Amino acid sequence: MPPLDWAALAPTLAVAGAGLVLLVADLFVGPERRAMLAWIPIVGFGGAAALSAGLWRGDARVVAGMLVVDRAACFFYGLFALIGILTVLLSIPYIRREGIEFGEYYVLLTFAVLGMMVMASAADLLMFFLGLETLSVALYVLAGFLRHRLTSNESGLKYLLLGAFSSAFLLYGVAFLYGATGSTNLEAIQAALLPRASPGPLPAVGVGLILVGLAFKVAAVPFHMWAPDVYEGAPTSVTAFMIAGTKAAAFAGFLRVTPVAGTSLQGAWPDVLWILAALTMGVGNVAAVAQRSLKRMLAYSGIAHAGYLVVALVPGSPLGTAGLLFYLLAYAFMTVGAFAVLIALGQRGEENLTLDAWAGMGTRRPLFALSMAIFMFSLAGLPPTAGFMAKLYVFSAAVEAGYIWLAILGVLCSVVSVFFYLRVVVVMYMQEPGAEPADLRLSGATALATLLGVAGTLYLGLFPSGAWEVAVRSAQHLAGMGG
Amino acid sequence: MPELPLLSLLTFLPAAGAALLLLLPRERLSLLGGLAVTVTAVDFTLSVLLYARFDPAEAGMQFVEEAAWIPRLGVQYLLGVDGISLPLILLTTLLGLLVAAASLPWIRERAKEYYICLLLLQTGMLGVFVALDLFLFYVFWEAMLIPMYFLIGVWGGPRRIYATIKFFLYTMAGSVLMLVAIFALYFIGRAALPAPTFALPALLGVVVPPEKQTWLFLAFALAFAIKVPMVPFHTWLPDAHVEAPTGGSVILAGVLLKMGTYGFLRFALPLFPDATRTLLPLVAWLAIAGILYGALVALAQADVKSLVAYSSVSHLGFVMLGIFALNVQGVSGALLQMVNHGLSTGALFLLVGMLYERRHTRMLADFGGLFRVIPAYGGVLLVIALSSIGLPGLNGFVGEFLILAGTFKFWPLYAVLGAAGVVLGAWYMLWMVQQVLFGPVRHEANRNLRDLTVAEAGILAPILLLVVWIGVYPAPFLSVSEASVKALLARVEHGPSAVGPAAGGVDGQAYGRPARAAGAEASLALPRRPQARAAGGQP
Repeated sequence: MPPLDWAALAPTLAVAGAGLVLLVADLFVGPERRAMLAWIPIVGFGGAAALSAGLWRGDARVVAGMLVVDRAACFFYGLFALIGILTVLLSIPYIRREGIEFGEYYVLLTFAVLGMMVMASAADLLMFFLGLETLSVALYVLAGFLRHRLTSNESGLKYLLLGAFSSAFLLYGVAFLYGATGSTNLEAIQAALLPRASPGPLPAVGVGLILVGLAFKVAAVPFHMWAPDVYEGAPTSVTAFMIAGTKAAAFAGFLRVTPVAGTSLQGAWPDVLWILAALTMGVGNVAAVAQRSLKRMLAYSGIAHAGYLVVALVPGSPLGTAGLLFYLLAYAFMTVGAFAVLIALGQRGEENLTLDAWAGMGTRRPLFALSMAIFMFSLAGLPPTAGFMAKLYVFSAAVEAGYIWLAILGVLCSVVSVFFYLRVVVVMYMQEPGAEPADLRLSGATALATLLGVAGTLYLGLFPSGAWEVAVRSAQHLAGMGG
Repeated sequence: MPELPLLSLLTFLPAAGAALLLLLPRERLSLLGGLAVTVTAVDFTLSVLLYARFDPAEAGMQFVEEAAWIPRLGVQYLLGVDGISLPLILLTTLLGLLVAAASLPWIRERAKEYYICLLLLQTGMLGVFVALDLFLFYVFWEAMLIPMYFLIGVWGGPRRIYATIKFFLYTMAGSVLMLVAIFALYFIGRAALPAPTFALPALLGVVVPPEKQTWLFLAFALAFAIKVPMVPFHTWLPDAHVEAPTGGSVILAGVLLKMGTYGFLRFALPLFPDATRTLLPLVAWLAIAGILYGALVALAQADVKSLVAYSSVSHLGFVMLGIFALNVQGVSGALLQMVNHGLSTGALFLLVGMLYERRHTRMLADFGGLFRVIPAYGGVLLVIALSSIGLPGLNGFVGEFLILAGTFKFWPLYAVLGAAGVVLGAWYMLWMVQQVLFGPVRHEANRNLRDLTVAEAGILAPILLLVVWIGVYPAPFLSVSEASVKALLARVEHGPSAVGPAAGGVDGQAYGRPARAAGAEASLALPRRPQARAAGGQP
């Protein structure tokens, strides 16, 4: 057995350790004190983030070259830890309110983050698949965690069926690539393909199938059909996690396969991507206009944002990749923040999820309404928020690479999106409350998650330099990998 | 000794005031309003101080402040004023103060949020006028929409939600295309300049190929034309104006519309001189269409507020015509007319608002014979209406005369058509005055109206003073901007190519230098300061 670089594995091990501790601790904690369990994943994620910050300067191959812990991987570790912590915070009151406060919830969440971390640092397609399945299996259960509710069961089952379907596509693609090159290691595949004058149909089919699998996971149009129902039916805290976390992990996968995909599909790769981006932005935004349920609107908005993120992949440039990383970070703050407000102002049984229930929230809950307004402005891409900066980096990368019309399409889609994001603000501030003011019991944890979301959204909008620098340097490293 | 960052203070003082308001209790109405008035008064004083220390002989940027903001992209925090932006800054702070003061008795619901929006709006507007970095400019330009959106949507009339969303979507649709154009320009500049930058002074040194200029100009012009608004992009304006609360209408007409015309003067013209000359007839015809169309539609209005709103379309058409006359009279006149329109239309909206507070209607048919009942009010309304018409001796005359004189020089037909607009303007404005002030008192409710209060008179007095002052002795107002206008026109006339290849910055020289040598870009180049260049060229 080759010696292991334990230091490079430390962030992953911290999260895995937190999951194992949770499993055991759950046995000894009574039902009234289950909220205490939330500290374990928070400490685990926090530790993972701190450890990956320390590793950020390195570039290690571990576990016989199956994992690569480079700057991009560390960036994703940090991002996943952030999403994980925010999700735990907003889960604490939510799962209690909904009567699903079980230790397994946190265990599954922790292992889902572990799967995402493995995906982000996979140097081998099999490792990537392993991470993906770890994540997916955990999410199948989490999506159906509200087992007494029909929509949640539907969500879980739908996600299981379509998720399994997409995993099969991905695995089939891996098999094709293995058949063409004799390896599942991304660098080895690239090395085998590069000398060939024409890579031939086999790798192209393989990459195409992998693309379909990944497009399913990020909910890019036309592989998005599952997303609105699953996002709407899943417990709200899980939706927040899926919409920010799964998406980020799948985009990490996109970044890892980009060199191989570029070689296999030659000039067709950017074309495939821009078609995907244009469709996703268009369909996601237009469909969101028609939604009356806030949660479903955020689900479609998640699709639309996947479209903007694919735009960042199209140029295949360091600027685009850095834009993608920055966007994912900004998106995590604003979208998880929005879900935190949704949970904070919602009630058991989620009757507050339609838009009308939000009327007059600006006077009833001024601080949460203000936070929600900030998240909406950010999702719409208005300055001075993180969403504006993120869109700007992404679209500037498209303009730089000559995809000006794609950038124009993107900004026009943003204008469409302004309509439905601002509708939330309109309802909160400009319409009088209809029914009796709901008696809300606020929780410190959701308030903290909201506050973190607001702080991140405004900080990245006003002072983007620091995070951008980190994103740029993480992206440079990634561009170097595999040529 | 480091200089006081006057422009930053001026710009961010209202925002600081808004933050302070956030901490105050919402029940203390007088405290909230008092703080807003104090902040805007101090801000106005700062702008007067700026005016006092401004050197009208210098065509270039003054009071320049700069700092790195996003160094990796070359985004700077770069501020400055010249003769073109200074009058607009003064107008903004003056109207900001008057609106804050006028709102005191009007705003009882959610006063705290109202003043916060008002103050944030002022920061946004001032930021637009002082930003010299295109990115920074865009941030202010867009961020300013948010408080305005709330002002219309929360404190507006019955159709406020429709109006505010329309306002937002229209403006945003234009500006996002400008954002793409800003990036296209940035990447053209990156190829030509030693370091990528969004700084206007540096980008002015870039020679943009004429065919690209046309597209970029169109993208910028669309954003600005929607804001102005030029026909056919004007339909958001009547809705927004009619539904906005009085304070919002005053700011909207007085300042926001000027941001469009200012955008043409500051960015579209100097950055794309070739395209400006090519597309001149298109813009001129649209301006004339706006003058005539706005005036004709104004004639047909039954609501005083929408009459004033359409008159804005007509007046802003004059401003555009003056700008695109591309000579000193035309542009100086346009600049003066921007201020004039801000004063007289701002005053008209205030007057309409004061009347509305008394009678809760704005329909022309509901008034009549008011001169006899409330003579002081009637007198002010008459003077302001005459100023808006352009009666000699009042401010509107000077601006319109200069614009028409400038236009006549380059194409008499445009001037003749424009003059027809003046006649129409007199028609609808006098019609309005006649309906409101003269004739018999048609409604009993009007017999007991209260005349102007001391506070109201105090709010209108500064505007009246300026209306007469500019009308009688416009020289000090014109001389402030003359040097900058001349420099701008020289640049549009000759383009950056006139100053030789060095202007492209490809030789690695600092780009401030060729501009100064040619004098053509002087108005928009930074003053001769060593740190200005050093920061502009940082990697």
